[in-house]
Amino acid sequence: MADYDAIVVGAGVSGSTAALCMAKAGMSVLVVERGDRPGVKNMTGGRLYGHSLETILPGFAAQAPIERTVIREKISMLTGESCCTLDVSSARFANPASASYTVLRAEFDPWLAGKAEEAGCDVVCPASADELLYDNGKVAGVRAGEDELTADVVLLADGVNSPLGRKAGLKKELAPDMVAVGVKEVLELPGGVINDRFNLEPGEGAAHLFAGEPSQGMVGGGFVYTNKESLSVGLVMSMHTLTASRSRLPDLLQAFRDSKALKPLLSGGKLVEYSAHLVPEGGLRMLPTLAADGVLLLGDAAGFCLNLGYTVRGMDYAIASGMLAAETALEAKNKGDFSAATLAGYTTRLEQSFVLRDLHTHQRAPDFIGHTSRLYQEYPQLAEDLLTGLFTVNGPSTLFIKKALPVLSKAGLFNLLKDAFRGARSI
Amino acid sequence: MNVEQKLALDKFLLDEGNPHIIPHQEHMDAATARALTVVCPAGLYSLGQDGKLVFDAAGCLECGACRVTCAHLPGALEWRHPRPTFGVLFRYG
Repeated sequence: MADYDAIVVGAGVSGSTAALCMAKAGMSVLVVERGDRPGVKNMTGGRLYGHSLETILPGFAAQAPIERTVIREKISMLTGESCCTLDVSSARFANPASASYTVLRAEFDPWLAGKAEEAGCDVVCPASADELLYDNGKVAGVRAGEDELTADVVLLADGVNSPLGRKAGLKKELAPDMVAVGVKEVLELPGGVINDRFNLEPGEGAAHLFAGEPSQGMVGGGFVYTNKESLSVGLVMSMHTLTASRSRLPDLLQAFRDSKALKPLLSGGKLVEYSAHLVPEGGLRMLPTLAADGVLLLGDAAGFCLNLGYTVRGMDYAIASGMLAAETALEAKNKGDFSAATLAGYTTRLEQSFVLRDLHTHQRAPDFIGHTSRLYQEYPQLAEDLLTGLFTVNGPSTLFIKKALPVLSKAGLFNLLKDAFRGARSI
Repeated sequence: MNVEQKLALDKFLLDEGNPHIIPHQEHMDAATARALTVVCPAGLYSLGQDGKLVFDAAGCLECGACRVTCAHLPGALEWRHPRPTFGVLFRYG
């Protein structure tokens, strides 16, 4: 007889969601978390798309420690001299079925883990699951320090580095062209100042992405998210172009902060935290084995993340994978069979859900975004040339087409058409 | 503000004398050692005048960038999470 029906390794959003759903269904669940409390080892750039948690905890945003509801989306192309911005604000963005929220994980994760505890889970922290225990080739528990803890199924929600997922042979080592490094600063600012600066009402938030200058021609981009009384400011840089460069990541972030476009937004902000995280961006190319005898792989550990340039998603997939892993574990418990054959239902559920469907839909995106250098070099320059030309008056006027054609030719019409076609088929 | 000053604002509990990351430069090519110095968000890797890799685990943000950088070179980097209670403690995250 095992100690628990299920052990979850990691109290991030996928682990806690899985624990919550399994406990609600009457399973006995232990969550093992290496941090002193949930959330202290976790960070996010800043935004949770709420739809998947909404299906599990309807109306969660009213009680969860979210920061702001994003009602304003901005994307800027930066060059040294100019900033060209797409700015969309809409009350539609606040619809709970599709709303997104800025969050800080050190607050959000304890709340979600608390929900799992309320539902009857044991959450033990700090406790590090160092090894998997096996029984006749089937995963049968974890060893945490001196303690051996057994369960019918182990859910690995141990994050992007997933030491146990690798030890179990479920996933290969991450390759530099499949991961990005995210680095973030949290800057404290009074809420009223944030509202004024970003044109927001109280409770409303903005998400602002930046391309061009911030990544200095490499694959990557910058972001600013508004929290209640702070800003999350950071850079996400693909590792394969960064490692080939001479630019140190901390210096790139500082240069972004000091750029003309950011300085007035951040002015007076007091730095309170500096953090970093890997982002699995390889999509289907890095899809691991999701289920084996007695074990499932969830969230970042499974590489469920999608960066399309205009949206960056991970936590909503993590939450959905937690829910689907819980359904699968419950099915296995009811059948009394935790073999790979039954647990393969997890992969099937993911394939039928938006999680793997999205990765299929956008399977060309990692290659397009990760290997089209023109997106980071020529095109921000093109936006600057085209749009500053539009607003420049210096004597006689010319037709817009006469201004635009030389600019488009400089970037190469063939390349533009090719990239527009490839982009349309991938993002 | 430089990265050392930024890291000084973070909360850490250092596991003195028991680093959770140990690089072994003898198993690395020069390009990998140099890559470590650019990719670490905490700037914990540097190359001395003599080309020797200098590393201090204090200030590690536990991201794994160095692990991925060295993953193709067996023996180049020992990497694990800090023991429970040690390492970085994000207050915002």
